[in-house]
Amino acid sequence: MASQEESSQPSDTLTTLKTESETLKTKLEEERAKLHDVELHQVAEKIEALGQFVIKTRRTLKGHGNKVLCMDWCKDKRRIVSSSQDGKVIVWDAFTTNKEHAVTMPCTWVMACAYAPSGCAVACGGLDNKCSVYPLSLDKNENLAAKKKSVAMHTNYLSACCFTNSDMQILTSSGDGTCALWDVESGQMLQSFHGHAADVLCLDLAPSETGNTFVSGGCDKKACVWDMRTGQCIQSFETHESDINSVRYYPSGDAFASGSDDATCRLYDLRADREVAIYSKESIIFGASSVDFSFSGRLLFGGYNDYTINVWDVLKGTRMSILFGHENRVSTLRVSPDGTAFCSGSWDNTLRIWA
Amino acid sequence: MSGSSNIVAMKKVVQQLRFEANINRVKVSQAAAELQQFCIQNALQDPLLTGVSSSTNPFRTQKVCSFL
Repeated sequence: MASQEESSQPSDTLTTLKTESETLKTKLEEERAKLHDVELHQVAEKIEALGQFVIKTRRTLKGHGNKVLCMDWCKDKRRIVSSSQDGKVIVWDAFTTNKEHAVTMPCTWVMACAYAPSGCAVACGGLDNKCSVYPLSLDKNENLAAKKKSVAMHTNYLSACCFTNSDMQILTSSGDGTCALWDVESGQMLQSFHGHAADVLCLDLAPSETGNTFVSGGCDKKACVWDMRTGQCIQSFETHESDINSVRYYPSGDAFASGSDDATCRLYDLRADREVAIYSKESIIFGASSVDFSFSGRLLFGGYNDYTINVWDVLKGTRMSILFGHENRVSTLRVSPDGTAFCSGSWDNTLRIWA
Repeated sequence: MSGSSNIVAMKKVVQQLRFEANINRVKVSQAAAELQQFCIQNALQDPLLTGVSSSTNPFRTQKVCSFL
């Protein structure tokens, strides 16, 4: 059947498919528009405005020799792993600012790092196109690099990585346009996720209560929500005007935020299947590199390429605060597991803990 | 040859669009109300929102150096 269609009039079939694809895109927009009865900030008009609050730098972590590209918190709420352009991956105690471990990767631009849920290992990768796992040893003299395990192999740079609910599986995203799920022990690829038309720059796993999905964002300006078991893209959102650098789930799992080179952050609700808020100001013209929510989801912290961190009221859509301190682009930002603080990493080679 | 692989690719795009067009959606008013409800319910447990005092936030504990 298929070969008959292709050999008879291939160009007609392609045209028919293109027309159908345009029709479906229009239908998708119409279906979404039908349910767009109100704006989020209108619903939020009745709730109290947030009062003044003071957030300051409480710790500065110095030690990287070059730009900090990524960081992640340990579940113990005090340890942090960070990675840098200089090829170093450092594990810090954020309370004391002491460095507990340091690994030198064989490549520069370590763009991704993640802490294992057990706190006993870290994963990292970048221009080496791989994601490697390093078990953390209690023996300070032990050479961590010797125990390194290569888990993921992509055909372009690793942009992000994250352990799933255990130390046994890792999710990765890459400049090769795909995401993949890997078994740490065997290094086998369990599932791959195809659908982005360009580099995938970021990903975030849904909070465990909401099931097996994750969201990714890329240079194709699209954010995609994936079913981890089937590899299928369940929903996609294309309203940003430039690369999406960061995606983060709202704490309930029903929405996610994104930060983009178009200088805006946006909120997408998964049940309404549409963008429900844009966080922007005419005065903000530099890209947002990283976003994360406070514990209740009321605040959205965005790290920007103009060296600042903007704090947004998620519901009302207004900016609450601008945080100054970094002396170069903010490249990574994550709130601690219990929400008591957040950490930002920057091209000024430092990390800051804010509370 | 390139013609038929374009067709295969387009068929996948069309299939994906059909799938996405048919999912169940709720009204923004309902979705927004639920997002707001979650924020309100968890507001008191949000340390960055409530401004937890130094005694309970480990990062806010200031180490005081004194010269003896």
